Amino acid sequence: MAEFFQTTVHDHFNYWVYVILMMIGLWAVIAKNNFIKKLMGLSIFQTAIILFYVSIGVKVGASIPILHHHEPAEYSAAHEMSHHEDAEAIPEKAEHQSDETHEAHEAHDEEHAHDEHHAGHHEVNADLIANPLPHVLMLTAIVVGVATLGVALALSQRIFKEFGTLEESELLEKLKGGNVDG
Amino acid sequence: MITKVLATLAVVITGAILLYGTADFPAFGDPNSPASAGVEGGAPSISQYYITKSYDDTKVPNLVTSVLADYRGYDTMFETVVVFAAGMAIFAILRVFREDDDGVPNATHSNGNSFTDGDHSRIIVGTTVRIVVPVIQLFSLYVVAHGHHSPGGGFQGGVILGASFIILALATDLETALSRFSEKSYFALAAIGILIYAGFGVLCQVLGSDFLDYGVLQKIFLTDGPEMARSHSMLGVEVGVAFTVTGIMFAIYANLSSRGTLKSGL
Amino acid sequence: MIFALDIVILIFLIVAALIALNVKDLLSASMIFGIYGFLICLLWAEMGAVDVAFTEAAVGAGISAVLFIATVYNTRRRSSD
Repeated sequence: MAEFFQTTVHDHFNYWVYVILMMIGLWAVIAKNNFIKKLMGLSIFQTAIILFYVSIGVKVGASIPILHHHEPAEYSAAHEMSHHEDAEAIPEKAEHQSDETHEAHEAHDEEHAHDEHHAGHHEVNADLIANPLPHVLMLTAIVVGVATLGVALALSQRIFKEFGTLEESELLEKLKGGNVDG
Repeated sequence: MITKVLATLAVVITGAILLYGTADFPAFGDPNSPASAGVEGGAPSISQYYITKSYDDTKVPNLVTSVLADYRGYDTMFETVVVFAAGMAIFAILRVFREDDDGVPNATHSNGNSFTDGDHSRIIVGTTVRIVVPVIQLFSLYVVAHGHHSPGGGFQGGVILGASFIILALATDLETALSRFSEKSYFALAAIGILIYAGFGVLCQVLGSDFLDYGVLQKIFLTDGPEMARSHSMLGVEVGVAFTVTGIMFAIYANLSSRGTLKSGL
Repeated sequence: MIFALDIVILIFLIVAALIALNVKDLLSASMIFGIYGFLICLLWAEMGAVDVAFTEAAVGAGISAVLFIATVYNTRRRSSD
């Protein structure tokens, strides 16, 4: 039971909730009769996708994707210190990872350090910063999402103006009866 | 009824397949997942490059801003164009100009006056909003300008600035807000925003580099190296994004709340 | 990332989504949808996506709820389901 909790619930809980929210949204889009409710379902579906993307970018024990910013000379010294403290804190938090991923992790660190040796005067441990790429993709998606939500709401207002209803069943009834005088 | 049963069936099957798929995902928060570290034996993930090198390339501590406005600048430019196109689409769908067409539907609609409030409550709300709106607008400018060092940037600042006008329209009425930010000016602002963004791209081309390759702008900004030129250009681009988002957010609200007449909104 | 907070917010999120979709009064549904937006903003902040949280706080909890309310005001407030 404890093992099941560890591997299934603890490790994948966010992904489960993304699937559940997506099911709720999809069900609302298909089965709800009112257009406003359908659009709410569509928005919930959208946030489910965003939840999926942002969950991918999370790293256990990592900080937000904003680096410390000091003057370049102080920067490397100050960052070096915090880097060591954080590096010691990490294995405790990430204890549940299996040994082999941990070894891969260390090997990866080594080759990374080698990469950076000739690159710059300060180094950033990529495992201590959350992955910024999903954040960037989803940030623009949210703003574009609200703009397209506005278009959808405008269309439903227009439908209401022509037909006087926002219920799908009544609308289909009116269209079938040829009662179109728009 | 049959629709709901079929919908439930479709949704449950889709959800079951997706839940089955999650079992193969890397553990939540694993720093060695393919998205964060790259596949085994392959090249490291691009996010590793963003995290480790982006400060050297751009001198911007906020990685999200530097990836948004520089590395993926082309993407962001067309996201802004999508926002602009959405505003134009709402204008085309809803806006009415005829005097006799007040947007009221032909059929009787049971709108009611259930939440139109009287004059007394407007005194408190109106006074509060009059004090709060300048502060919100100042904060939105701070969010745009400080997006390099803290959470924020063009999209957030633009939305907050647009929201400040929406609050004004909600607390008083649409005409008051439109007298400060007219239809002509918000669409002009939105178009100017995209022109600023595209202008930075074209300027780079004129100076002999690629579209939106800001490093070459050091000849104009007179900075020490291409890094600071990238940082300054990002600020300019974010200002363009903020202009567009501000204009379009208020345009969407103004058209939706007044059925396209831009008279007597909520 | 705080695991306990994560679970609590995610459960609230599902509850808020279900209530927003099942309330028959569309104005209430819009308000609860605003609460949903605010909860999801908390979730982004908790997962370390501060920029996304900022955007969601302005857009999800603010603008989109207002747009829904504007549409409900201009159309019909009752919904059949």
